[in-house]
Amino acid sequence: MPTLTIDGKQVTVEPGTTVIQAAEKLGIFVPRYCYHPGLTIAGNCRICLVEVEKAPKLQIACNTPCADGMVVHTQSSKVNQGRASVLEFLLINHPLDCPVCDQSGECDLQNFYMQYGLYDARFQEQKQKKPKAVPLGPTVMLDAERCVLCSRCTRFTDEITRTGELGIFNRGDKAEVGLYPGKTLDNKYSGNVVDICPVGALTDRDFRFKARVWYLSSAPSICTGCSQGCNIDVHYVIDRPHLAEGARIMRLKPRYNPDVNKWWMCDEGRYGYKFVDENRIRQVSHRGQAVSWEDAYSSLAASLARFKSDGRLNEIGILPSAQQTNEELFLVRKLFKEGLGIKNCDIQVPSPAGTSDGFLIKPDKNPNTMGAALIGFPGASKPLKSTNGSSASGHIFDKALSGEIRALWVFGHDLVKLFGEEKVKALAASLELFVFQGSNDNGTARYAHWVLPSAVFAENDGTFVNVSGWVQRIKPCFAPLADSLPDAQVLLELARRIGISLSFKSAEEVFNALAAEMPAFGGLTYERIGLQGARVHQKEPAAR
Amino acid sequence: MQIKKRELTFWEKIYLPEIFRGVWITSVHFFRNLAIHTAHRFGLLKNVRAGVTFQYPENPRPLFPRLRTRHRLTVREEGTPRCVGCMLCETVCPAKCITIVAGEHPDPNVEKYPVRFDIDLGVCVYCGYCVEVCPEDAIRMDTEILDVAAYSRAEMKLDMHELMNPQLRKPVKECTLKFPHKCAIHGGELRGDWRFVYGKNPEQIREEGWKEIQELSGKEH
Ligand code: SF4
Ligand code: SF4
Ligand code: SF4
Ligand code: SF4
Repeated sequence: MPTLTIDGKQVTVEPGTTVIQAAEKLGIFVPRYCYHPGLTIAGNCRICLVEVEKAPKLQIACNTPCADGMVVHTQSSKVNQGRASVLEFLLINHPLDCPVCDQSGECDLQNFYMQYGLYDARFQEQKQKKPKAVPLGPTVMLDAERCVLCSRCTRFTDEITRTGELGIFNRGDKAEVGLYPGKTLDNKYSGNVVDICPVGALTDRDFRFKARVWYLSSAPSICTGCSQGCNIDVHYVIDRPHLAEGARIMRLKPRYNPDVNKWWMCDEGRYGYKFVDENRIRQVSHRGQAVSWEDAYSSLAASLARFKSDGRLNEIGILPSAQQTNEELFLVRKLFKEGLGIKNCDIQVPSPAGTSDGFLIKPDKNPNTMGAALIGFPGASKPLKSTNGSSASGHIFDKALSGEIRALWVFGHDLVKLFGEEKVKALAASLELFVFQGSNDNGTARYAHWVLPSAVFAENDGTFVNVSGWVQRIKPCFAPLADSLPDAQVLLELARRIGISLSFKSAEEVFNALAAEMPAFGGLTYERIGLQGARVHQKEPAAR
Repeated sequence: MQIKKRELTFWEKIYLPEIFRGVWITSVHFFRNLAIHTAHRFGLLKNVRAGVTFQYPENPRPLFPRLRTRHRLTVREEGTPRCVGCMLCETVCPAKCITIVAGEHPDPNVEKYPVRFDIDLGVCVYCGYCVEVCPEDAIRMDTEILDVAAYSRAEMKLDMHELMNPQLRKPVKECTLKFPHKCAIHGGELRGDWRFVYGKNPEQIREEGWKEIQELSGKEH
C-alpha cells in the first residue's frame, strides 16, 4: 500500500486511491468542480491542481493515483497561482449574475475566488451570450452562461439515472450544457443535478427566488416519503414570514449516508415537504367546535376510563400508523395495548403500493413500517388487501363497521381515501368515540368526533427504521405549528390522567426504554445512532 | 478620575432664586433677538448678529448633497423597479426594516424583481448601508425629503408605490404600478400584469429575450 506525504502529513492508502481522496482522508480539502465522489472522474475543470515533487508540472489531484513516497503540496504559492489562473479562465465568460443567482452564498466559484482568485479582471472583450433561465424540465432551470462545463450533471444522467438527457454541445467558448433533442430532464432524480452543480447553472425551480441561501437554517433529518429513509437536511426559515407565503421549510437537500442514499434523493421526497406548512390542522376540535387540549385530555381520559370500568375494552379499536416514530409507536403500545389492555390495536389498513425502482424509491410510502413491525404492530408489514365490511375478517375497521367496535382512534390515516366516504360517514354516526390524531386536514378529520393536531416530522423528535433495518433519527427543526403537539406528548399526558405510569420526559428516554425492552433495538442509543444511523439486530423478513 | 460634586450654596439650595435667574437669562436672549431681528428687518444694526434660526418650513435649510434622506427605488424606463430582488439590502440592514419578496421577471435578461418591497421608516436608522450594498444602484437616499413623520406606525411603512414615487405618501389611494406586485393598497393581493408594461404576454417577452440572447451569441466578436 502506497504511503505518501501531503502537506507534511503522512498517509497510507489503498492502491488506486487518488491524491484528492488521500487528502480528504487527512482532512485536507482540495477545491474541485468536476470531481464528485459519486461519479466517474472527468478531470476537466483543473481547479484541483497540486504540486507533486519531482513532477515537472502541477498535477490534478482528482486523477493522480497515489504512489509510494510521493510528496504533495496543496497550498504552495505555485499551486495557488495555478488555481488563480484556472479561475480566471473559468470566469472569462461568466456573467457574474450573483445578485439574481440562487447559488450565491453556496457557490464554489464565489468560494474559490475568495480563496485563490482575488485577481483584477483583465478581460476586455465581449462576453459570450448563452441561454438563460431555460427550464430543462419540471424541476430544474438552466443558465448556460454560469456553467463551468464540469460535466457533473451529464455524468449524473449518464451514470446514476442512466437516462442521458443532458449533454455538452458545441466547442470552445461556445460549448454549453443542454438537453438532447426531444428530451426533458424529468427523471425521478432530476433534482440531484442541482445539488451537484457546483455553480448556479442548474438551479431548483421549486426553490427559485424563495429565499437567499444565507437566510436558511439547517437541521439533519430523514425523508418520510418512503421506507428507504433517505438522509436529508431540512433547510428552513422561521424569522422571515414574508418569504414563500409564510412557509417554514424552503427546501430539502440530501445528506450523505453511504449505507442508505449515498449523495442522492428522489424528487418525490425532495419536493414532498409542502404538507409541513400547508393544510395543517391547527386546533383541537370536538364535533367541529374548537376546544382546548385540557378539555380534550380530560374528556378522552374519562371516556377511556369508562370503557375500561364497563369491561368494554374489546370495543375499542386503535389504528396507529407507520408514519409515526418508534417512540410514538412504543407509547401507543405501552398505553393502549399494555396499559389498558386493548387488543384491537394494530396497523390494519390497506397500503396501496406506490411506484418503485431498483435504486432509492421503495413501494412502501411509510417511513417506519419496519419499526412498527418490530415494536409489535405486525399489521404494518402485511397491509390489508381489501375489506368486506363484515367482522368475519377480524380487521379493526370491519369490526367498527359491523358495530363490534364502538370507539375508534385513528393516527394519521385518511380512512375516507382508504375505504370510501360513505363508510366513514356511517361509522362517524354509529361510533361512540371517533378520534383522529393527525397533522393534516383530510376526509377523516372532517368526520371524526375529536380531531387532535399532531406535529409533523420536522417538528418532532424520534427515530424511524428504514426498509433495510437502519434506525435513523429525526430532529425537531422548529416548534409545532399552532396548537399541534407531538403524538408522544399527547399519549404521555393521557397516560398520566388515566393513571398509567409512563414517566418519560423526552423522546430519548422513550427510546432508551424501548431499547431496553425490544431485543431488536438492544444496546442502541441516540448517541450511537448519531447522524448516520445504526442497524437493528434482527431483520424482519416480512417487511416490504 | 473622580468627579467632585460642587456643594450648592445657600441661595441655590432655596431654589426659587435660581428659577428666576433662569427665566431672566432666557428672557434676555428672547428680547434681545426679537429686537435685533426686528431691527434687521428695517435695515438697522446690520453689524450686530442675532441668534441664528431658519423660518422652517417656509425657509428650509440648504441640504448637503451627501445627506441621507427618505429612500427611493430607481425606476427603469418602462416603469419597473431597477431592483433585482437580490435581498442584499434586506440582509445588510442593521435595523431589519426592509421586507422583500422576489418574483420571476419574464425577461431572461433580468430574471428577478421584487414583488414586494417595504421599508419601515419607523425602524430605519438612516445608516445608508442599503444604498451602499446595492449592486444595481436601485435604492437611493437622495429624495431630500426629511419630513417622514406620521400619525401611526403603519403609515411609517413605505411600500413600493411610495418608494418608486417619492411624491407619494400614505394614504396612497390609487395603485399606479402596472407590473405584477403584492399591492399594499389592496391588502397584499397580487396585482398588475406584464401586458400592461410591455404590451406583450410573459411568454412572448421570454421568447424575445431568448431570441435576443441567441442573436448576440451568434455574433462574432
Ligand atoms: S454561479 Fe456563482 S459566481 Fe456565477 S453568478 Fe451564480 S453565484 Fe455568482
Ligand atoms: S451545468 Fe453545472 S454541473 Fe452541469 S456542467 Fe455546468 S457547471 Fe457542471
Ligand atoms: S438606511 Fe440603514 S436602517 Fe435604513 S433601510 Fe437602509 S440599511 Fe436599513
Ligand atoms: S440591494 Fe438593490 S437590487 Fe438588491 S434587493 Fe436591495 S434594492 Fe434591490
